[in-house]
Amino acid sequence: MSVLSTPSSKARFDLVSALKRALLAALVAFGLFSLMIGVRTHTGSNGALFLEGRPGLLAIMVGIVFVSTLARELILGERQIELRSLVPPALTAPLQILPKLAAPALLVFALIVPIIFYQNRYMLDLGIMILTYVMLGWGLNIVVGLAGLLDLGYVAFYAVGAYSYALLAEHFGFSFWICLPLAGILASFWGIILGFPVLRLRGDYLAIVTMAFGEIIRLVLLNFQTLTHGPDGISGIPRPSFFGLPFNNEPGGFAHTFGLHYSFTHRIVFLYYLILVLALVTNFVTIRLRRLPIGRAWEALREDEIACRSLGINTTNTKLTAFAMGAMFAGFAGSFFATRQGFISPESFTFTESAMVLAIVVLGGMGSQIGVAVAAAVMLGGFELFREFATFRMLVFGLAMVLIMIWRPRGLVATRTPSVFLRSPKEVDAEDVRRARAKSWSWRRARHD
Amino acid sequence: MTDAATDTILAVQHLTMRFGGLVAVDDVSFNAKRGAITALIGPNGAGKTTVFNCITGFYKPTVGMLKLMHADGSVYLLERLFDFRINKFARVARTFQNIRLFQGMTALENLMVAQHNPLMRASGMTVLGLFGYSGFASAEQAAKDKARYWLDRIGLLERADDPAGSLPYGAQRRLEVARAMCADPVLLCLDEPAAGLNARESAELNELLLFIRTQHAVSILLIEHDMSVVMEISDHIVVLDYGVKIADGAPQAVRDDPKVVGAYLGVADEEIETAEAEAGL
Repeated sequence: MSVLSTPSSKARFDLVSALKRALLAALVAFGLFSLMIGVRTHTGSNGALFLEGRPGLLAIMVGIVFVSTLARELILGERQIELRSLVPPALTAPLQILPKLAAPALLVFALIVPIIFYQNRYMLDLGIMILTYVMLGWGLNIVVGLAGLLDLGYVAFYAVGAYSYALLAEHFGFSFWICLPLAGILASFWGIILGFPVLRLRGDYLAIVTMAFGEIIRLVLLNFQTLTHGPDGISGIPRPSFFGLPFNNEPGGFAHTFGLHYSFTHRIVFLYYLILVLALVTNFVTIRLRRLPIGRAWEALREDEIACRSLGINTTNTKLTAFAMGAMFAGFAGSFFATRQGFISPESFTFTESAMVLAIVVLGGMGSQIGVAVAAAVMLGGFELFREFATFRMLVFGLAMVLIMIWRPRGLVATRTPSVFLRSPKEVDAEDVRRARAKSWSWRRARHD
Repeated sequence: MTDAATDTILAVQHLTMRFGGLVAVDDVSFNAKRGAITALIGPNGAGKTTVFNCITGFYKPTVGMLKLMHADGSVYLLERLFDFRINKFARVARTFQNIRLFQGMTALENLMVAQHNPLMRASGMTVLGLFGYSGFASAEQAAKDKARYWLDRIGLLERADDPAGSLPYGAQRRLEVARAMCADPVLLCLDEPAAGLNARESAELNELLLFIRTQHAVSILLIEHDMSVVMEISDHIVVLDYGVKIADGAPQAVRDDPKVVGAYLGVADEEIETAEAEAGL
């Protein structure tokens, strides 16, 4: 009798606890959705706002949450699903080749985008924007991903680059190609200026100071009216030329010289390839630097600063070079931004931009080049994709971020390729290292007990 | 310079370290001989690690002189060098009580980071290296060979490309010693190298340290609690208690020193009574 009754009582208990959890989830959903979905403001005929209750829609949403939570609890219970186990074994081997093909495939795709979307101005602009963020992400990856210095004011260097180009062009009439390296140098100079006061800071404290630095730069740009025209910004920034050939419909312009019909798209395509080249240069330099002693010192600094000092590494210089390198690429990207827009104002360099770039780096997987590129495309592409959802855009986007962080807490690409190896370059999964470390420590504790 | 002076690699003179009102190390003087293993022992809180941190540049001593003499006769005053310069110029390398490896990096990379300064010079401060200067490639190969030698020595050649954090505890200890050796030191400071090791691993470590001393002519200064290690391998022992040096000499002499026995095991009640009577309490 008792043998028979045990499973049934256990099942009843499971049902009760599952119901409890589902009710709790529904309650939370009700709290969240009641304002967002439950009510809607409308403008009446006399111009006044009135609220329209939508209890039906709210009930459906809460119902979905309740039923899906209940179903999950009943079917899975306490079991966790390993995502890997869901992939059929036959597919495992081909799937392992995918990451290796990802980088070349993405590069080829990036190269042919202007050909595919030649008639589609919107896609080209989106491509340029994504590549700008890819470049910023790769630049910030040096500071955050490699050197482990959490920088929340990265946009300051982007602004320095943009204003350097705008002001040098306005006052001295320098062309884009002269200003580009100058903007990079000026931005890295500001990177060093930021680097000095924060040398002793780490983690949260560093993040706060760099965030303040970003705001200071923005406020200076906003209030230094005589130089920067304050909130009015700088307009009429010269457009880039094709190595001296302007993109216009006159003799001596790009179209005439090459015997083409003048089209506005020429400039857009040129800008697209320009930012692609700049981004690839950033990537190439970062990959090279990682294999040089300075790159290894950055990574060592991220792992353990005290050990670095005990090995004779000048941590001051190492940190400053990381800041300077990261800032330099932001400076390049900034001057590109200025020449693309033709108009810049402090509005473009708010904290949101820093947060966005940092989110791209964290989402992509700190230190991973391909991960950052994919994350930039996913984030910005996602923003555009969810445009239809209008007010729900942030909700959907936030949800997507939460899901990604649950599934891949260390970013899309959590593996790290060693910078040097004796036999074969093994990809190292950050999660495996953490697990092994935890095991080694608990084992040590057990031995001490 | 006299023979006695050249025979000494490190002369610690009147070292005092105060943290506010707390005197962690009080007027400690001792010499470490060249090519010898000197052990610094004492009960918990005796100030051993503080002495270490002063020697390796992590603290700036309040009072005292730390004189390091290279075999070529050049002298470095460690209390004036600070931070990374101790390793870079005076060539003193150290390990840590709680292992400080670069856990996410591979064992090989750990040993490459230790050769940062020569590689940095070879890469022309990164600039030449960035443009693929051939001199850098050969320097890097040499650094890799050196790393391979030490990996082989500590029995980790098979696991060279594994992250340091995933190695077993004893291997991590040995790797940290190898990493310090890759920095090409004249004096190697080991902070409790045998902590947490089992008897077999401890024996392996002893063998490694003796090998370093005899084959690489590197002097070793070590802090240790494991008396089997200390008594077996050290040539000279310095005992600290409450920041003061209480004994200094050969292992056998130190072991029999009543002060040392008192510091470790406590003294008999009668002795305290006699002392109190003498003090008039």
